This record gives sequence, structure tokens and C-alpha cells, in this order.
Amino acid sequence: MDVPADPMVPMPFRIARVIREIPGVYTWHLKSLDGKPFHFRPGQFNMVYQFGVGEVPISVSGDCRDPATLVHTIRAVGPVTNAMQELNAGALVGIRGPFGRPWPIDEVAGADMIFVTSTIGLAPLRPLIYEVLHRREDFGKVVICYGTRGTDDIMFEDTLHRWRARFDTNVHLTVHSAHSGYRGRVGGVVSAIRAARIDWQAAQAFVCRSEALTRQAVETLGELGVTTDRIWVTLERNMQCAIGLCGHCQIGPTFVCKDGPVYRYDQIEPIYAIREL
Amino acid sequence: MVENVGLEQILADHPFAKDMPPQVLSTISGCCSNAVYHPGDYIFREGEAADHFFLIRHGLVALEIHVPQGPPIVVETLETGDIFGWSWLLPPYRWSSDARASEQVRLLKLDGACLRGKMESDHLLGYEIFRRFLPIMARRLATTRLRIVELVIEPPAHPRHRG
Repeated sequence: MDVPADPMVPMPFRIARVIREIPGVYTWHLKSLDGKPFHFRPGQFNMVYQFGVGEVPISVSGDCRDPATLVHTIRAVGPVTNAMQELNAGALVGIRGPFGRPWPIDEVAGADMIFVTSTIGLAPLRPLIYEVLHRREDFGKVVICYGTRGTDDIMFEDTLHRWRARFDTNVHLTVHSAHSGYRGRVGGVVSAIRAARIDWQAAQAFVCRSEALTRQAVETLGELGVTTDRIWVTLERNMQCAIGLCGHCQIGPTFVCKDGPVYRYDQIEPIYAIREL
Repeated sequence: MVENVGLEQILADHPFAKDMPPQVLSTISGCCSNAVYHPGDYIFREGEAADHFFLIRHGLVALEIHVPQGPPIVVETLETGDIFGWSWLLPPYRWSSDARASEQVRLLKLDGACLRGKMESDHLLGYEIFRRFLPIMARRLATTRLRIVELVIEPPAHPRHRG
């Protein structure tokens, strides 16, 4: 008889490959020690554990149709993620998951899709974009709006080039500043949103960026005709147990680890207005 | 067959002139001309007299800030349908940045010095001009503030200052 996996017990994974995306951001390709596939849905996250150091919540950034390889993209911002940055291929880490509410896919089928993100926010969105492109005939126009500080800070540049090369996908990239002579777009992500040509009255928008900047994207989308019941966002909070028990990630009535991290904006909008949360 | 379209019609088709009263449109089109710039051309330069503003008909324009002892930095690009250059509205009427064509650019160039004079006597004209410029200025200011927030939140990939 199979014993159900305990969500609090980490499963051992070995780092098969490390990609240094940009300074301070790295991607791990992980293989489970028991060889079992790791199934997840786009938008879900894992608790990633470096033995003896600590555990952090990290969204899966790979393709859910390749369950043999678990992909995480991590930015070194704290003690745990800084320590993880020193790990090389061959190292063992612990994984608990997948956790959380995924991005909706089936319920938005048929719509034009616009993805709005900046810097590392592309990582949690990438599995969704992969899946939409796998099922390309199920959706209308696909537009990806991505912003970074500068041309040195572009994440997944090869992937963006591949998406941009497709005849059925538009990628609008913008940077905050550039050297003189740069021929691309310079400005905030909202300038990339405004450049999109889609059916705003029926589009579904997926926003993944810092919360301070999410509202700006939502307002711009609203000006263009995307109502808040067609905007999906992610929230970031201090998640520890990841199963809605410890309360660290609780915001008002919701636990981000199990009710989120993906929310429909109209359902989370009142929480955005409360500064204390 | 080539269709000849007058300047007033070209101006009327630009988002800047949306819902503009006909008499105002007619006055503004009297101060308007077509302009074409090639990639790399300067449209205006920081510190020069600001006597025009521009509506982009086609192309990409880069706003650049001159950095002493370094190459200029592009801080914003503007594209088809955008308007740029508001220094003509505010004393001392000097450009605060460079504007450069990133690609072949077709513009409507409006004579700000001419309009400033007309706005003194035609307050409807002045109202319509400011009514169109203020939301754009406010939006760009709000966007710039949020870009500052984003730059603070998002750490740079490379040190910006090298000692």
C-alpha cells in the first residue's frame, strides 16, 4: 500500500544543472532521487530546502509537460537564497510541494491573453506561457509584456527570443534606461501594455510583479478595458508551512500558501487597499 | 491612386486632436508642418530654445539625458500616436533633454512660439492645449515615480557605478 506523502517532509532532489541567468539570479534543473516524475500546475510553488540552512518558497519556472525535470529560478535576496547560490550541480536539496492555487487555464480558454511582468516575475509566469503555447489553438492573441532595468537584466533572454520569433506570439520588451543608439522600447511596463493590440474587452490578463507595481499595471489594463474580474495576479508573502496551518502568510481572511498565490484581482482588491496588510 | 490629405486632416486623425473644436483645430493646423527625421538625427537638444512640440505620426523617438564624461542615456522612448516636447509651454522655454530619432520618424511639428502668442488672446485655444497636455504630463510623472519605486525594489544586475 502506498503511503501518502507527508507535505511536511522534504523529498530529496539533486541539482542536475545550474544556469546563471543574470547576476544574483540562478536557475536549477532538479532530478528526484527516486526518479519519479514531479507533476505540478503552472503558478504553483515548492518549499525548497537547503539542508542545514533553511527553506524558502519558490515558484516552479519550468514546463509542466516535462515532469522529469523540476525547474526553479531563484533570486539571491536573503540568507537562504544567498547560500543556495553557492550550490553547484550534484548538490542535494529538499523539495516539498507543489503547493498553492495555479493560474487558471481552462476557464480562460478562447480569450486573448496578455502577460504583464518584470524582471524575475517572468519565472512564475513562464510555466503558464509554456502551457498556453502548447495549447496555442485554444487561445486568441498572445501578448507578453516584459520590463527590466536595462538590457543587462533581461531574464530568460533565449526563451524570449524564441517566443518573439513565433508568428503567433507578440513580445513587447521595455527597459528603464539604455545606452544611446538602443533601438528598442525604453520606459515602464505600462508603455509595453499600451503597445499591445488585442481585444481588451475580452482579454484575460496575468500580472506577476512586485505588489507595489501590480496596481499600476491593473490601472493601465483597466483604462484599456480589462475589468478586474479578468485580471489575475500573484501575491508574495512569508510562507513557511505552505499548507495553511502556521498563519505566516495570512492576509485578512486568506492564506496565500493555499488560497493563492494566484488570485483574481477583484477578489483580492480590498486587501490591496489596506496598508497594514 | 494617391490620395492627398491636408495637414488639418492629418492633425485631426492624431489622438492629440480627438474631440478638438473645429476652430481650435483650424488655428493649430495653421502652426503645423510635416517633418521627417532619419535614424540618429537630433530632433532637439537639451538647453536649446523650445519653440515647438511634436506629434508622432510614425516611428520611435528616444529621449536622452546627457551624462557628463559618459555616453547619453535613453530614459524613455515614444512611439506612433504619442506627443512630446512640453518645454515650449513653460518658461524658460528650453529643452530639458535631447530627442533623437531611433528610426525613420514622421512627425507633425507644431510651432509653439506661434501658439503661445495666439493662446494669449484666444483662451479657448489655451484651454484646449492645456487640457490635452496636462493628463499626459501627469501620467508620465506618475509613471516616472513608479519607475523609481521599481528601480529601488529590483536590484541591478550590474553595479551602475564603477569606481
